[in-house]
Amino acid sequence: MTLAKTESGPDGADDDGGTAGRDGAPTGPDDGYTPSARRIERERHRRARARRATAIAALSTLVTGVVLYLLVVHAPGWPRTKETFFSARYAREAFPKVLEGLWLNVRLLFVCGAAVLVLGMLIAVARTLRGPVFFPLRALAAAYTDFFRGLPLIINLMIVVLGVPALRLQGVTVDPVLLGGTALTLTYSAYVAEVFRAGIESVHPSQRAAARSLGLTNRQALRHVVLPQAVRRQVPPLLNDLVSLQKDTGLVSIGGAIDAVRAADIIVGRSLNYTPYIVAGLVFVALTIPMTRFTDWVTARMDRRRAQGGAL
Amino acid sequence: MSDTPVLRMESVRKTFGGSVVLRDVDLEVAPHTVTALIGASGSGKSTLLRCANLLEEIDDGAIWLDDEEITDPRADQDAVRRRIGVVFQAYNLFPHMTVLENITLAPRRVHGVPRAEAEERARELLERLGLGARAGEYPDRLSGGQQQRVAIVRALAVRPRLLLLDEVTAALDPELVGEVLTVVRGLKEDGMTMVLATHEMAFARDVADQVCFLDGGVVLERGSAEQVFGEPVEERTRRFLRRATAPSAS
Repeated sequence: MTLAKTESGPDGADDDGGTAGRDGAPTGPDDGYTPSARRIERERHRRARARRATAIAALSTLVTGVVLYLLVVHAPGWPRTKETFFSARYAREAFPKVLEGLWLNVRLLFVCGAAVLVLGMLIAVARTLRGPVFFPLRALAAAYTDFFRGLPLIINLMIVVLGVPALRLQGVTVDPVLLGGTALTLTYSAYVAEVFRAGIESVHPSQRAAARSLGLTNRQALRHVVLPQAVRRQVPPLLNDLVSLQKDTGLVSIGGAIDAVRAADIIVGRSLNYTPYIVAGLVFVALTIPMTRFTDWVTARMDRRRAQGGAL
Repeated sequence: MSDTPVLRMESVRKTFGGSVVLRDVDLEVAPHTVTALIGASGSGKSTLLRCANLLEEIDDGAIWLDDEEITDPRADQDAVRRRIGVVFQAYNLFPHMTVLENITLAPRRVHGVPRAEAEERARELLERLGLGARAGEYPDRLSGGQQQRVAIVRALAVRPRLLLLDEVTAALDPELVGEVLTVVRGLKEDGMTMVLATHEMAFARDVADQVCFLDGGVVLERGSAEQVFGEPVEERTRRFLRRATAPSAS
């Protein structure tokens, strides 16, 4: 990677000029150039082709939508499904309650997200430590990631949220929110640790060699040279895990914590109408979309930088 | 004191798996001299430099830096590396740091130089190498020649006792080689002790006080530049030099 960027550095500056001229606007150098008839004809053809493509896409979307709609509406159980899943009355009743519950999910996301990043980083670094002294730490970190990546989150939650209170330990909380958050942190730290570890291993050994040759200790090389590059590279997968964590905060409802899912659950239990679940689901989707878009944006930006020859 | 070699190697042996990369290598580098290592790719030049900086552990023999045996397992390896500067073929600049941060990292973190002082010295060195305007840029915005000059400044910033240069022009476009070689010549005039592995025969002949021809992990021939290039004794040296200096070879 460090090698590949050699020649592309100076070229990066030309990129803007290239894209600006594409739509035919005369933004090029001021050398008295006028587009030839050939170029004008080619550009007209390209524009016509683009218009045709847009029209086809719109038409095909419309047709698909209509077909799906007719299919659903003409299904034999549709009137009953509509009443139990898409009732406007229950949606209106559930929406404020669900939103209220969602605040708990948001708080869980922030607290657990921070804890996961810290714990994940510690585990990842523990796995890269060398030397016989660190063997137990290394083994422990490896066992931790293996175990919690394999354990289904829902089982982890049930063990922590229901099992820990059953122990009746003095001074240990029985609050389902705290316990649920702990379970989420345990599982997600294992995932995030692997993301960090992959990042650490993706930094070329020559970077470490350069740092050590300057007299930096192993720890200093990790801290100043390896980790900053590793973290930057792993931002997209990390954000992806945070999006996932965001919706999995809904699972703390199994312990009885009143989050968005549980708020919907309460109304469903009383009314036997499932609309609140739909409402809760849509609210979660609405919450994750900005995060997902942000992730895409960051990823695209970093890909662009890399394409320009940056090693980040 | 001045006649104690800066670097001394005795019977150094290094193997990778089944292949012997360095066999019974002896080397002495006097203060303020330049030693050029020449030889085909895979002859052991780079490995020799990496062993001298303890980036590789040798199998047998011993290496001294000034009077200290650095291959003694009890030696403080980090302290040894602090006294040796290395410039790599692929520059190995830190891509997430600006030029200035690359250069001041080791002075600040390893030698505890205050930030302002480290930056002042870095700017001074950059200025001298014609890179004064580049201090705030990231390495990927620089040409290969500029990156390699920054790498040299980075190695010099800690005032090393010895500078190792590993094929520092091999990754450069031909028109950028000159600017880097000029810098190395300047360092020789300043009295820097250097060991360099190189494919630039004309340069080696011009700048080196001592030339070692490596072949299959053995120092086959050594002597002054005039001796090795002018009247090589060994047939293999003659053959290598004919190929390496032939006009078509470049």
